[in-house]
Amino acid sequence: MAIIKKDVVIVGGGPAGLAAAVQLWDRGIRKIVILEREKQLGGILRQCIHDGFGLTRFEESLSGPEYSQRFLDLVAEKKIEYSTETAVINITPDKKVTAVSKRGLLEYEAKAVILTMGCRERTRGAISIPGTRPAGIYTAGVAQCYINLHNTMVGREVVILGSGDIGMIMARRMTLEGAKVKAVFEVLPYPSGLPRNIEQCLNDYDIPLYLSHTITNIKGRSRLEGVTVSRVDEQMKPIPGTEKGYDCDTLILSVGLIPENELSSACGVELDSRNKGPVVDENYQTTIEGIFAAGNVLQVHDVVDFVSLEAEDLADSVAEYINKGKLAACAIQVTADASIGHVIPQKISGGKDFKISMRVRKPLRDCEIDIMQNEDLITKVTMKKAIPAEMIQIKVKKADIKSTDNIRVVVK
Amino acid sequence: MNQVYDVLIIGGGVVGSAIAREFSRYKLKIAVLEKELDVCCETSGRNSGVLHGGFTYKPGSLRALCSVEGNAEFDKVAEELDVPFRRTGKVVVGFTDSDMQSLLKYKAVGEENGVPGLEIIDKKRLEELDPSAGGEFAMYSPTSGILNPFIYTIALAENAKQNGAEFFFDNEVTGIKRVGAIYEVTTTKTVYKSRWVVNSAGLNSAKISTMLGIDGYTIGGFKGEYIILDKNAGRYINMPVYPAPGPTGGFATHATPTVDGNVLIGPDSELVEDFEDYTVTTPSFEDLIIDGQKMFKYVKKEYFIRGFAGIRPKRINKETKQALDFVLEAREETPNAINLVGIESPGVTSALPLARRTVALFRKKEKLVKNTKFNPKRKGIVSFAKQSDKGKKALIKKDPNYGEIICRCETITKAEILQAVHNSLGVATVTGIKNRTRAMMGRCQGGFCETRITEIIQRELGKKETEVIYSKPGSAMFTGKVRI
Repeated sequence: MAIIKKDVVIVGGGPAGLAAAVQLWDRGIRKIVILEREKQLGGILRQCIHDGFGLTRFEESLSGPEYSQRFLDLVAEKKIEYSTETAVINITPDKKVTAVSKRGLLEYEAKAVILTMGCRERTRGAISIPGTRPAGIYTAGVAQCYINLHNTMVGREVVILGSGDIGMIMARRMTLEGAKVKAVFEVLPYPSGLPRNIEQCLNDYDIPLYLSHTITNIKGRSRLEGVTVSRVDEQMKPIPGTEKGYDCDTLILSVGLIPENELSSACGVELDSRNKGPVVDENYQTTIEGIFAAGNVLQVHDVVDFVSLEAEDLADSVAEYINKGKLAACAIQVTADASIGHVIPQKISGGKDFKISMRVRKPLRDCEIDIMQNEDLITKVTMKKAIPAEMIQIKVKKADIKSTDNIRVVVK
Repeated sequence: MNQVYDVLIIGGGVVGSAIAREFSRYKLKIAVLEKELDVCCETSGRNSGVLHGGFTYKPGSLRALCSVEGNAEFDKVAEELDVPFRRTGKVVVGFTDSDMQSLLKYKAVGEENGVPGLEIIDKKRLEELDPSAGGEFAMYSPTSGILNPFIYTIALAENAKQNGAEFFFDNEVTGIKRVGAIYEVTTTKTVYKSRWVVNSAGLNSAKISTMLGIDGYTIGGFKGEYIILDKNAGRYINMPVYPAPGPTGGFATHATPTVDGNVLIGPDSELVEDFEDYTVTTPSFEDLIIDGQKMFKYVKKEYFIRGFAGIRPKRINKETKQALDFVLEAREETPNAINLVGIESPGVTSALPLARRTVALFRKKEKLVKNTKFNPKRKGIVSFAKQSDKGKKALIKKDPNYGEIICRCETITKAEILQAVHNSLGVATVTGIKNRTRAMMGRCQGGFCETRITEIIQRELGKKETEVIYSKPGSAMFTGKVRI
């Protein structure tokens, strides 16, 4: 099969890929294609049938499928090319993209490649929960897929480990379908999901949330029969003597998301060891020229609206890259102090406005986030409350950038 | 059941499957009874996947004879049965003077057993062979290798089946009696009749032996836990790296690459009473990290995919707990019964040599007639991921289902899943699909593909939600539909 030439190949047709495609089209970049593995576009939104999406982007509350439909309508209207059931298996630094489809092995050659592969769930094995290995243990997203897309009920008596948003949403979802959700356990001393989900998914249904608790044993050889839960100390080590048994046939894990960067790293894109996403500059360009990344493949977001907005910002830069053939060099490093989990972008040029995204590592009250260059304060934001569950974004104006010295993000 | 078999084999592990395959060379009615829902569910699959050289076993012992013989023929076996196998070589590394004494001792033992090419190597050579290995010096065994034990067992069983043997799963043997010249073997499902019975029940071999009327064997279950590391760690390791055996013999935690590119760290060793105790535990896990790092520098938490446990059925002296050799016997007082007891490591390496010796015991009593239709070759599922781009294109052209990727971590296509779902042994479990294809074995552990695979199982095999089984009998994946 002949090599297919494109200006831009977008890898992944979830919310980030769709928003990037539509924005590129609007910027006049139209020789583009979205490659999607699944039978339909929309990514994980397809299974997120609860509402709460779109409050920022569309100023109304939508379900996941409704939110993605807004973009799908635009893709259809503008006749943006896409190919579903097409799985990318290789990307090269000179932007050749190989994909597998029933039509054969497709080979694309692009001026720019946009990485929007999203993220995956952390598994039981990765966090090494001891015990047997029966049926009935599901990550929250897998359970959500079975229930919402396959009309398949995964269990009746449920315990949830991890207070991630999908786990809490599944607590509510399974309760509504007649299951008994006994409790949610979180190893950290604070919740990892959003406050609104604690209210709407747990408190409204009298589902208890136990902080500083974890599962220390799993029982049952065929189907899950129960779990042992222990309180943990400040080092997150189980405290002997605090064990308590819970009978259940289902364990749902909501213990974190990991950006899905196998294709990126195989291509040679440098990853940030802190958030496992690509190192990017203010244009969302990775360490390989012409390869860009946005959405959950770059950093795990709290709400989808910010994924779309980030992908739209990326598309603006990609349009500029396609039109000019090059973007300004970004030599100014952006780093964060230890109380911040990660910071995006890691590099800027100093030549334009940019947006810093970050998460704090621990809940903070009455804090101030300072953007510093040497001892100079460029921008600051004061917050009554900052929690790890919420992403913080701070806009920095070009006019405020004082020099070509590196930038530090400091929490006070 | 009125059917009378010529040979009934109890236990569908690697040894039972090999025995079925070797008997299928002759005109015989053969059946294998397995208590689980697939072959290779216990010891045969829960190990390091190493083709052993045979240098640690007492000269003249059955273990020594069978492992050396099995090792030597494995290139041919792997080719015949289409089993992923690489003769990587292996290093047994040491740090201290007593380690060196141990290596010298086992080098001599190996040479006496007929293991070719053993040599003591210095640190420089060790680093050339495997830069990630720990140790100051080593014994290098060039004939050792790695293989996929699931596929090997499945291949033996499928080849036996294609040559006429039958497999019955979910049949745990509960009693054996001899009525006239016929054995009546009662299982949790029904009663099977056979002229001959072979006990290859692994962990339960002493129990079955007693049912046959042969008392006095004790099996010690030596449980060992493992950690599986990501392929990103697998890039750094070339061959199995074992520590020098201590004064009591036997290997401690080692690092082993798998044929598919992962790394196994383990096993530790603990004597357990419960032979189905496959739990993974925090203390073992923490020790595996410490011990594993001595063998392989890249044992890091970010590479952990999951843990598992296996239990080695060692025949032991009841009082001293001392480990004893394999037993393969046919006794006069229990005619037409062949008893294999305490087949543990190197059971995978020894499976075919043991099977041939089993057939030889049969032949001592009865003439065997060749099965002229016997075909020693078996073809496995063609892996899409392992092909060149040209090969990939050809596969998709031949079967478009090769163009639909189901498991993205391991690049497993719908064509492979379909072949696995319709496997010739009739295994329908989710784990069965996993062991046949590698789907769900990667770093996301089925996060993206398990839902699609269970859907394919349901559709292809006409199963309801409640009939989808994860692994063991009774391990239903689902409780039903969400809404009818």
